[in-house]
Amino acid sequence: MTAEEWQIVWFTTWVSALSTLMILPFGLALAWLLARRDWPGKSIVETFVSLPLVMPPVATGLILLQLFGRHGALGKFLHDTLDLDVIFTWRAVLLALGVMSFPLLVRSARVAFEEVNPRLEQIARTLGAGHWRVFCTITVPLAARGIVAGMVLAFARALGEFGATIMIAGNIPGKTSTLSLTIFQDVQLGQDAHAFRLLGISVVLAFAAVWCSELLLCRKTKTL
Amino acid sequence: MSLLLKNISLPLADFSLEAGFEARKRITVLFGPSGAGKTSLLDLIAGLRQARSAFIQLDEHVLTDTARNFTVPAHQRGIGYVPQDLALFPHLSVRQNLLYGSKSAAEDSHSFTFDRVVEILEIQSLITRGVTGLSGGEKQRVALARALLASPRLLLLDEPLASLDAPLKAKIIPYLIRIRDEFHVPMLCVTHDRMEALTLADEIIVLDGGKVLQAGAVLDVFNQPANADVARLVGVETLQPGRITNVNDGLATVKIGGATLTALASGIHEGDVFVCIRGEDVSLQHDVVHATSSVRNRLLARVISLRNEGALVRVELDAGFQLHALITRPACAELALQQGETITALIKAPSVHLVPR
Repeated sequence: MTAEEWQIVWFTTWVSALSTLMILPFGLALAWLLARRDWPGKSIVETFVSLPLVMPPVATGLILLQLFGRHGALGKFLHDTLDLDVIFTWRAVLLALGVMSFPLLVRSARVAFEEVNPRLEQIARTLGAGHWRVFCTITVPLAARGIVAGMVLAFARALGEFGATIMIAGNIPGKTSTLSLTIFQDVQLGQDAHAFRLLGISVVLAFAAVWCSELLLCRKTKTL
Repeated sequence: MSLLLKNISLPLADFSLEAGFEARKRITVLFGPSGAGKTSLLDLIAGLRQARSAFIQLDEHVLTDTARNFTVPAHQRGIGYVPQDLALFPHLSVRQNLLYGSKSAAEDSHSFTFDRVVEILEIQSLITRGVTGLSGGEKQRVALARALLASPRLLLLDEPLASLDAPLKAKIIPYLIRIRDEFHVPMLCVTHDRMEALTLADEIIVLDGGKVLQAGAVLDVFNQPANADVARLVGVETLQPGRITNVNDGLATVKIGGATLTALASGIHEGDVFVCIRGEDVSLQHDVVHATSSVRNRLLARVISLRNEGALVRVELDAGFQLHALITRPACAELALQQGETITALIKAPSVHLVPR
């Protein structure tokens, strides 16, 4: 593999992992709220969170472009207050991957939380544990399988993200190029051999992610 | 211990829970059929449910007072709870389960040390194991120990013996008695089993449809149900409508079906009543209708059916009304009871309990 290919693989893996970690606390919090609490507007939030799953990724990308562009509401705010530009930087890749993989994490974690017997959480409370301790010591460990599965799904989705990323990050070599974007570009330019090499790497990465999660889950199951 | 519940209103699926009572004894049993609201009441006391209105006080501590919009969160109530399904944490070992709510020695105002609790409940050999492989009785003891190690001021037990077979029940009951005697933890125990209530209770609260039907010493409630509903719930074998025809010197003459019985009037002087007779208060003999005896009620009865119930035999009789007797199997063999034969049923007047209808 060339230095340029290594850079693309490293950048894609790194930014996918970071986006998964970045959405984890928000995803778990929202999944818990959806699973355990009733609140006004819950179904609207639920639908809204799932939108990136069903909307064309480029449409999601366009919305993000409007929001985070220099003249968009959030983009202007970030530029004016923190001197931070998002569009066409690695941050835009991070943002696109996070938004596109968020629903997968939330849906998986929500089902996992719903499967935890609420009686266990209630009894933990009678044993003197506050909400946070119950969440960390009872809910999350018992929902770990679903949470890990959701993280793997989110990571795998991030690895393959294309539409939203190209809308807000472009395909700037050495800066915002991911595996998917480079494969697309290689095919467009007729560099099939290069594209197939990157395709092989994509398959290996996805396989490794799913296999590692299976190993983790097996170990977790044995300890139960 | 004093647990006071008043102004309770908690809407449930089929009725509203409105059970107010005061429990002062070491073991109070909440007795009632399935769906009576017993578990909801425990949840309310533990702070796991919010009522529309409630005032709950344990000793001098107010736990819930909806009128003042005040409630102590479940984790600060100091109330141990062993639910019917035990709710042992499946991802933790027995030791980790036990230590989950365990207070440090400095915080601990009782003598609930780990070693003491483990010793009393005889679970030393289990503490390194996972909880999923434990037997029913072992799980029960671990759940009890876990609740105790959190040093509760009150222990709530939801059907603690319901999931156990008879030999295991007999094994667990002494542990509950030990908890009561060694740790002096007051307990509020839910059951729908009469024998469990008789074994455990110092006082009993009969609950049905979300309301307290009767409360008091266990023998008083079982022997003198306040009304026909309580009589039905506590399992009085014979419960028949009758009518008081005469009261003289504190004794009531009651017409019941085709028979006449003598009962203690106990405050009821006229009108329609339910006649309650426990099966174990009915004796059976051959040919004593005209013999002199202190027993006031001697009825000629025809044996309708005989049914074995463990060491006892339930004899269904037609004595002008349907009467049930519970006698031992040797007694049944000695009498050589046969279906269809006629026998004399003896019932002392104080064993015929009258409740208003």
